[in-house]
Amino acid sequence: MTSTAELAADRAAPAAGAWLHGVVRDADPAALAAIPGMDGAPVRTVSAAGLVAVVSTAPLDEYGEQPLRRNLEDLAWLERAARTHHAVVEALARQGPVVPARLATVHTDDSRVAESLAARRAELVATLDRLTGRGEWGVKGYLVPGAAAASAAAVGGGGVGTAYLRRRRAQLTAREEGQQAASAAAEAVHASLCELAVAGRRHAPQDRRLSGVATPMVLNGAYLLDLAALPAFTDLVRALSDRHPEIRLELTGPWPAYSFVAERPEPALTVREPW
Amino acid sequence: MTRPQAPSVVQNSGQVLPAGHEPANLGDILERVLDRGIVIAGDIRVSLLDIELLTLKLRLVIASVDTARQIGIDWWEHDPWLSSRARPPLEPGPRDPEQVEAERRPRVAARARRRDAELEEWDDFDG
Repeated sequence: MTSTAELAADRAAPAAGAWLHGVVRDADPAALAAIPGMDGAPVRTVSAAGLVAVVSTAPLDEYGEQPLRRNLEDLAWLERAARTHHAVVEALARQGPVVPARLATVHTDDSRVAESLAARRAELVATLDRLTGRGEWGVKGYLVPGAAAASAAAVGGGGVGTAYLRRRRAQLTAREEGQQAASAAAEAVHASLCELAVAGRRHAPQDRRLSGVATPMVLNGAYLLDLAALPAFTDLVRALSDRHPEIRLELTGPWPAYSFVAERPEPALTVREPW
Repeated sequence: MTRPQAPSVVQNSGQVLPAGHEPANLGDILERVLDRGIVIAGDIRVSLLDIELLTLKLRLVIASVDTARQIGIDWWEHDPWLSSRARPPLEPGPRDPEQVEAERRPRVAARARRRDAELEEWDDFDG
């Protein structure tokens, strides 16, 4: 273990850990060979407990605890890491169900990854079963300013001052009402979408200062769909968009099922007992 | 093996755009990879919820507003630690419509005060 040659090799190539991208039932080696991992080399697999973990080699001088802390605070590094990790997860999702790992899940070596697979086997298998033949779609809803104010603006009568003040009052009232109407619409849209979806979840809306969209996001929903239900779901999004002019809907997907793999309770999946 | 159909994006009603050619919005990606996905305890303990990441959040706001805005992330918005005690000023950010409105409000109110009496007369007259 401590031969001179090995020590030299250690100095040449720093120790490498394993960055976990996701867990699948099985993986096609040819497909994996085409997927670049964190270090640019193709991702590889660690098999254990009847499951397959897809990992990247992660040199610990970049992905060890201290470097990782530092790197996660570097936006350029974070962006590259997030995009690479997501690209791997997405490529896996095209092959079949995948349980995506949260960003920056790093084990010191492959045997530790195998231990994790064995320890979480039951949960991972159950999740993979639940995701089979399904995908995640995102529906975001943005407030449409003025959609509720159109009727108020039409009220006429009176002189210039009156008209101005009426318009002003109407604007302020419409603003409040517009927000309430948009919230109500978001609620209604989410409820309708959940009826077609296997599961649905509302995430915190993205802030408008950062979303790049001038109007507030009122719905940031994720929906787990049977693939066969996608055309009906797309139609429903269109129909809801027409029915609720007070919000603008945006459908994205398919996403790997990031929103439906966590171990926390999923209210949408709870079957309510009839009274 | 299941094979989901090609990625697509529907903008508004009616318009369906293939999304395969465009990289997904980075904000959407970060939201997912940082906040969702299964948490498996790795050996390298860098919890995305630990204090260092709070530093990241702050640095994003202070030093990289433009970049942060481009990528559409808003952790501090729903992070009580940040939003209640440590929310830094967001300058030079884009003009927040609510802030613009708030700045206009005193001027509008002053105008309204000057004209309120007038309006009441007009309302009586209209009625």
